[in-house]
This record gives sequence, C-alpha cells and structure tokens, in this order.
Amino acid sequence: MLDFFMGHYAYWFTIILLAIGLYGMLMKKNLVKKVIGLSIFQAGVILFFVSVAMKEGATVPVKAYGLPVSEVSNYMNALPHTLMLTAIVVGVATLGVAFALLINIYNRYGTLNEEELLDKIQ
Amino acid sequence: MELTYIPLLAVLVSLAAVPFILLSSKKPNLREFWTILAGVIKFLLVLTLLPSALQGNVIELELLEIAPNLPLVLRADTFGVFFALIASGLWIFTSFYSIGYMRGHHEKKQTRYFASFAICLSSTIGIAFSGNLLTFIIFYEMLTLATYPLVIHSETKKGIAAGRKYLTYTLTAGLLLIAAAGITYSLTGTLDFQAGGIFDGVELSQTMAVTIFILFLGGVGVKAGIMPLHSWLPSAMAAPTPVSALLHAVAVVKSGVFGVIRVVGFIFGPEVMAEFGLNEILMVLAGITVIVASLLAFAQDNLKRRLAYSTVGHLSYIVLGVSLLTETGLIGSIMHISFHATMKITLFFCAGAIMVNLHKKNISDLNGIAKVMPWTMAAFVIGSMGLAGIPPVNGFVSKWYLATGALEGGMMIPVIILVISGLLNVGYFFPIIHRAYFRKGGPELEGHTEASPFMVVPLFSTAVLSILFGLNPDLFFNFFDMATSVASSIFNPL
Amino acid sequence: MIGSEIPALIPVTYIFFAILIPVIGLWKREITWHLSLLGTGIATFFSAWGFMHLIQTGETIRYFFGGWMPPVGIEFVYDGLAAFIVLVINAIAFLVLIHSKEISKVEFPGKKMAYYTVSMLLMLGFNGMVLTGDLFNLYVFLEISSLSSYALIAIGEKRAPYSAFRYLIIGTVGGSFYLLGVGFLYTVTGTLNIIDMHEMLPMVIGHSSVIAALILMIVGVGVKAALFPLHGWLPDSYTFASSTSSALIAPIGTKVAAYILFRIILFLFGVELIDEQLPVTTIIGIFAGIGILYGSIMAIAQSELKKMLAYSSVSQIGYIIMGISLANPFGFIGAVLHILNHAMMKALLFLVSGSLRLKEGHSLITKFDNSYRKKYPWTMAAFTTAAISMVGLPPLAGFFSKWYLALGTIENSNWLLLAVILISSLLNAVYFFRIIEKVYLNNPEAESPEESEVVEKDEVGFSMMFPMAVMAIGLLLVGIFNAYIVNIIFNMFPAGF
Repeated sequence: MLDFFMGHYAYWFTIILLAIGLYGMLMKKNLVKKVIGLSIFQAGVILFFVSVAMKEGATVPVKAYGLPVSEVSNYMNALPHTLMLTAIVVGVATLGVAFALLINIYNRYGTLNEEELLDKIQ
Repeated sequence: MELTYIPLLAVLVSLAAVPFILLSSKKPNLREFWTILAGVIKFLLVLTLLPSALQGNVIELELLEIAPNLPLVLRADTFGVFFALIASGLWIFTSFYSIGYMRGHHEKKQTRYFASFAICLSSTIGIAFSGNLLTFIIFYEMLTLATYPLVIHSETKKGIAAGRKYLTYTLTAGLLLIAAAGITYSLTGTLDFQAGGIFDGVELSQTMAVTIFILFLGGVGVKAGIMPLHSWLPSAMAAPTPVSALLHAVAVVKSGVFGVIRVVGFIFGPEVMAEFGLNEILMVLAGITVIVASLLAFAQDNLKRRLAYSTVGHLSYIVLGVSLLTETGLIGSIMHISFHATMKITLFFCAGAIMVNLHKKNISDLNGIAKVMPWTMAAFVIGSMGLAGIPPVNGFVSKWYLATGALEGGMMIPVIILVISGLLNVGYFFPIIHRAYFRKGGPELEGHTEASPFMVVPLFSTAVLSILFGLNPDLFFNFFDMATSVASSIFNPL
Repeated sequence: MIGSEIPALIPVTYIFFAILIPVIGLWKREITWHLSLLGTGIATFFSAWGFMHLIQTGETIRYFFGGWMPPVGIEFVYDGLAAFIVLVINAIAFLVLIHSKEISKVEFPGKKMAYYTVSMLLMLGFNGMVLTGDLFNLYVFLEISSLSSYALIAIGEKRAPYSAFRYLIIGTVGGSFYLLGVGFLYTVTGTLNIIDMHEMLPMVIGHSSVIAALILMIVGVGVKAALFPLHGWLPDSYTFASSTSSALIAPIGTKVAAYILFRIILFLFGVELIDEQLPVTTIIGIFAGIGILYGSIMAIAQSELKKMLAYSSVSQIGYIIMGISLANPFGFIGAVLHILNHAMMKALLFLVSGSLRLKEGHSLITKFDNSYRKKYPWTMAAFTTAAISMVGLPPLAGFFSKWYLALGTIENSNWLLLAVILISSLLNAVYFFRIIEKVYLNNPEAESPEESEVVEKDEVGFSMMFPMAVMAIGLLLVGIFNAYIVNIIFNMFPAGF
C-alpha cells in the first residue's frame, strides 16, 4: 500500500497540483487568483512531463564532461524537457494575454472581484 | 426537338418566367402576360409528351447525380404526364381567373403572388415528373416553400397563423418523408419509382414494413389531407381564392395523393401492401376521413371552409380507391384526381367570384344570388352534381369505377362509405343551391350583375369541361386510357 | 515544382504577413486591411492549388521540416481531408476579411493594425492544427490559435473582455488536458508522430493510460469544439465579440477542433481499437445528440441575433460530432460535408448580423421589422438562403449533409439519433422562420399603415455584399453539385472503412 504511494509519488504530486489549480480557478473570486490557479494547473502538467523523462542513475540532459552522449542511459530523456520549454513559453504567453485582459477589465469596471464584476456588468 | 428534354423544359418554363414577372411589377398587364405565356407554353410542352405516354413509353432524363447512386431524374411516365397535364392545364384557367380576382379585390403584393405561383407550378410539374424518391422530395419541399408566400398573402393575423400551421405540418411531413426514404434506400439500395414496387427480394419484418409505411404516410398524407393530418387545409382557406382553387384543390393536395399512389403502387407495390396488411391501415384512415370530413362540411357556414372539408373528403375517395388494391379501384382513383380537380376548381372559382362581386363569404348570406350571377351559379350546380356523383358530370364516372373496384375486391364497406358520402355531398351542396335559386335575395343585391368575365369564363369553362369529360372520359386527353394503362402497369408489372 | 512545398507554404504565408502587417502598419495605417486580404488570398490560392494537385495525383504529401525524418522530426501531413479543410477555412477567412472593411470602421476603429495582425496569427494557428502530423506540434498551434481568439474576442463591446477572460480560463484548461493526454501517450509509446503512433497503439491498447489519454484529449479538444457540455464559453464569447471575430472564429475555429477530434478518434486510434475498451463513440454520440437538441432549444429562447447564432452553432457542431460517432462511411461523409456547409452558412449568418448591426446599430430580433425587406433586400435574401439551408431544405447544401447523416444513423439502426436530426431540423425552422416572418411580412399588430412610411433602399456596400453573395450562391452550388464533392471525400477515408 505504502509502496503504491511512494512508487508513484511524482504522479500524486501532479494530481495535487492539478487539483489546487482547479480549485483556484473555480473557487476564488478574484480574477488574478484565477490566473494563478491556471498557472499552477499548467505547472502541474509540465512537471508531469518532466517527471516522465527521469531515468535511474541519469543526469540532467546537459552535456557533462566525462559522460558520453552516445551512452543514452547517462542522460535523462531530453525530449520532454524540450517540449516543456515550449509549453512554458506557451504558458507565459497565456499569462501575458490574461493579464492584458485583466488590465482592460480593471480599467473598465474598477474591480477584479468576480461578484462585483458581474453586478456591474448587469 | 428531342423529346427527352421536354420534361426539363416543362419544369423550367415557369421558373424562367419568374425574373420577368418580378421585373414587370410596375406594369400589371405585362406581368400577367408573362404568367399566361409561361402557362400556355408549359401546357403545350406537356401535351407533346401525351402521345408517347399513351403508348406506354417512358421518357427519362437524368439530370445529375445529386448523391452517390442517386441521380436527380426526371421521368415522364404515363402517370406523371397525366398529373402534369391536369396541373398545367388548370393553371392557365387559374391565371386568367387570378387576373379578375386580384384586380377586382384590389389585392396588394400581386407581383409576389404571380411569381410564387409560377414557382409552385414548376415544383408541381417537377413532382409529376420525378423519377425517384429523392427528386420527389426535393420538388415536394420546393412546393412547400413556394406555397408559403401564397398562404400568408393577406398578411393578417389569420393569414400568418395559417402560414405557420401550414409550415409546421408540411415541414414535419417532409422530414418524415426523408426518414422513410432513407430507410427504404438502406433496405433496397434504390429510390427509383418502379411500377409494382421496389421491395422485391427484400426481407421485411411486419414491424419494419408498418413503420416505413406509417412514415411515408405521414410524409405524403399531410398534403393529401388524410385525417388527422388534414387540419392545415381549412386554415389555409385564409389565402386568396385562386390560391385555394389551384393549389389546395389541384396542385398541393393532388401532389399529396399523387405521392400516395407513387408510394403504394411504385414503391411498395400491391403484393407487399397486401402481405403486411398495409392497405387495411390506409383503408381505415381514408374511410374515416371521407365520412368525418363530409359531416364536418355540414357544420361550416363559410363557403370556402365547406369546400375545404369537401376537398378533404374527396381526396380520401382517391386514397380509399388506392387502398382497395384492385385495378378498377385504382382507375377510379386516378381519374378522380383529374375529375375532382375540374369540379372543385369550378366551385372555388365560384366562391371567389361571389366574394369579389358581392362581398359575401358565408352561405347564410347567399340568398337569391342566382338571379344576379346566373352563370356562376349554373357552374356551381354542375360542380356540385359531379362531386355528389350525379351523371352526366365526370364525378359520376370516377365514383362508378371506385365502387366497382370495391365490389370486385369483395369489399362492401367502401361501397357503403361511397354511397353515404354521396348523399352527404348532396346534403351539403343542395342547401347552397336552394338558397341561391329559391330564396329571395336581400336589397344589397340591387344593381349587381354577374362577375367580371375574367372570372366567369374560366369557371364556366371548367364546368363545361367537367360535363364533357363525364360524357366521354377520353375526350381530348385520353384520361381514361392513361388511367387504365397506369393501373395495369402497377398490377401487372413486367 | 512547389506542389510538394504547399504544406509549408500555407502557414509560412501567414507568419510572413503577421510580421509584415505591423511593420508596414506602423508606417501606413490604411493598408493593413489590404495586406490581410492579400495574406489570406495567397493562402487560399495555395490551398486551392494544393487541393487540385492532390486530386490529380492522389498522393499525400508529407513535408518534413528541416529535413528531419519522422518520427524524430516534425512533419506536416497533407492528405485529402487536410487539404479540403485547409481550403475551406482559408476561403472563408478570405471572404470574412473582405466583409470586415466596413465593420472595422465602426467596431474597432484605430485598432485595425493589431486586429489584422492577430487574425493572421489566428489563421496560422488553425492551418497549423490541420496540417501538422505531430501531436505536440498540434498543441502549440492549438494554443497559438486560442490565444489569438482570446485577443480577437476581447476587441468588442462592453462585456467582451470578461467573456474573453472566461474563455481563456476554460480554453487553457482544455489545452492543458490535451497536453496531459499527449504526455500519457508519449509515456506509453515513446513517439509523438501521429502516423507512427497509429501503428504503435494496437500494441499498447490494453494499458489504462491509453484510454485515459484518449478521454483527456477528447475533453481537451472538445472544449474548443464546443461539444456539449463543454460549450459554456461559446454563447457569451460570440455574442459580445465583434462581428468579424465571430465570423472568423465560429465557422472556422470550432470546425478545426471538430476535425482534430476526427483525426484522433478515426485516424489516430481507429474505431475498433477504441470501442473494444470503452464505448467512446456511443458516449460521444449521446452527448452530441443532447448538444444538438439543447442548442436548438436555447436558440429559440434568444432575443438577440448573435446569441441565437451562437447557440445554433453548438447545435450544428453536434451534427458533425454525431457524424464522427457513427463511424460509418455515411456518417463520415455527412460530417465532412457538414463542416463545409456549416462553415459557409454560419459565416454568412454572422456576416449578415454584422451588416445589420452596422446599419441599424443593434441586432435585437424583437426590433426587426419589415422595413428591412425594403432597406436591405439582398442582405435579407442572403439571410433567407442561409436559413433555408440550415433548416435542411433541398436543393441547398444543408439538406445533403443532413441526408447523409440520416443515412448514417439508419445504417447503424440508431433510430434515436435519426429522430434527433429530424426534430432539430424542425426546431431550426422555428427560430429562423420567426425572423423571416418579422422581416418580410407586415406586422399585423401595427395600427397605422406602414405603407405611408417611405423607406429608402439602404443596402450595404459592395465590400460587405460581395462575400455574402458568394457564400449564398456557394450554398446553392454545393447543394446541387454535392455528388462531386462527396466522391472526393470518399477518397479521404481512413484505412479500414
């Protein structure tokens, strides 16, 4: 039983992050907090990918002195790392757009609280 | 010119007239000229197909493949030419009549009226010449769309409500028809109309057969006025009388019964119908419709509504004849398509003339009008006689065959229904005639004379035609021969 | 011969113009519209050329970026279905952007340069999604198009930024779900290339993570496609966005997402593979059916034209997804044909609503009256054509996609879905004919005769009328000649049909 948890702790960690992110997006009233929730959610997915790249006894996929690249088991799987670089960039871009929208909303309505916002819109 | 292209031309003629009609909206005479010209050309085109139809030749023109294995096909077989003849012929009369009516009544939106009429006729001829179910459905839906502007012509509350009811009924019917066609296609691999049916060699369970038939019936039965799908018809009387006359006594409703005969004779075929007892369903529905409609006709004071219920009843004569599954019965049904058309159109024309001339809509107001409108009432008498089945008007001939067909099949009940209905017909027409001739008219009749010749000439001509057809059903167009040939092709397929 | 370069040329065109427009736009404000037209025009031209080339040679083009062979490198796969979709979306974008000329003056004055740049990026994202053969690359393009659509939706009237924000949250969660799904698949198969993975999946199908991945991917893409019940973002977003944005995103965006669902369910996994494990197609079919009815019913309840069209879109996407769920040739044909048909119809309808908003200042159905008939005869004629096609009356295009879908349901003996198609057609008739009645018929409630009010013909300008007319005529032509199109679609089937 403990083995089940300990052996898969990376996955559990991911799930917890996803849950926190979702909680933030759904339950929090402040729009900025929703964005934070979103960010946490994306982080969860990214960390999942990275965790998949792990190999026992391997090091990060940065070329190190003395560890030949041809010996693949020396390095972790580089592909997920590179994919996640892209994903992080996408996440940053999303944050940028989200904040631009928030600034616009704030300028229009003067509040970033969802309930007040809905009142003002009606 | 090549005979094969004539069906296409016949369909397209009135469509081609539409832009001309729309452009001449400021010049009524020119606009009406286009309508009449299109009508005459259409009729002549259909007429050229008559000799080949009488020989039993089928002229087929595949237009284009509109779905894989399903082409848009125009096929001028005997039955198609039959229907096309009566529709296009009566259109000419209606066009002249419309001129008198619309102008006498100072109707607005006449351009929309004439343009829609032209499209309707195209659709009707398309229905007549459809070679398969898909083509039929396409033109059927076109007819629905094209008749809508005519039904709501007056744009009053009643008119718009009538239009909505009409659309609800007919669009639902179209959808049921599509479902039925889809199932048929997946079972048989074809949607062609073939005399004797296309279900040969197809395994059908009882439930499947009944379901498909009910779907088809829902589809064509709405336009054919089979109860309980008929109630759009009386409401549609809110439309101007020429619309009621041509479309709801001739084109739309006859497309419905035409569809019923196509379904029974050319999709299912008599054997399949009998095998699953489908004709019994049809017979019950038709029989009930005949009686109930005739009874309801009694209760109407509005002349057009009485005529509407009478139409519902007579349409089910046709359906009843089909359900008998005898050759003679079918001959009677097919002939009733054209004969009822001439008679009913006469009656509607009379109703319209009375409305325009004397501004009277209700039967209780019709005292003594025969003195003022002798020709109109004379035509009315002729039409009523025919519908009641009294010789020498043509209605007697078709009724005779219907009754004989029932006797041939050993079925007494349809005969009884026909007799009772005949009596009811007399019952609801006679009071009108009695009032017109034998009661004294009120003072408002002073100074009025017969209606405009544009109206009287057409209505009297159709009345005379009814008598002539009654004396010789084969006169001019060999209706009897065509009906016989169609019936025999269905019951004795090659 | 640039025929083989087409898969790369199309997105590159958009990248090029996405850079060009801001550069030139800073210098000369007025040409941005023309440049955007040029961009979409060139892309459409390439798409058409590529499509023709494909029909003649019948070869799928696999374009390897940078010369790296798959499955290591990223490739673009230009097969029949992709070529068709790319042609459709670029052509529609071209027509919509023509129409945007007048709209831009009213709905987003002063922001034209930004708007057209973002539209180029939007189209880049969509084209990339359709063409790519790599699952992660798909995510990237998915996000590109999503971000662009958030921005485009935010440029609108009062409530737009908030709707865009909500869409952002929901959309990004969807994208992340998709990414997670891709991650699961990668973990199990070790590849990201669609064609490669298709060969590997049968070997690993028993693994629970594969099914989980499938569900995650369907949910993720389903958000974008507005599959019920993931459609919540759609009504608000379309309603408050500018008419051009709605006309770009509604017909194109949801279709591309539906196409991705196609690829995932039918090409990547293959139906037999999925249904062995979990009746995914049945479940999707049920949701699609509910979505169809829900969308139609909600549309009837709307009093504002754009919101009505938004709910109608939810319903129509349901048809396409239902076609996918049927997993038989007729369903497939119906779905692909409906992608084409609905793209045209919805784009036309949104363009009409844009024109009406421009002229009247509102698009409230309750305020429509029959002066519209005289003021905008051609616009209303185009509207009527689209309405008749949406209801599904022949010989317009809408009838035929419904016919094939109906045949598809009959083939599976799925009477429930057949009934859904029929009932929803009737419901469509209700909400469209309501508008037609208002516009064409005299209001019987009105007291004074309206004839005395002389109403001048005030039809919209050529730049707005032209795209609407092209689409309306297109509906008729596609309807009549749909057999040719269907024959082409036949060849696009995935192996095993």
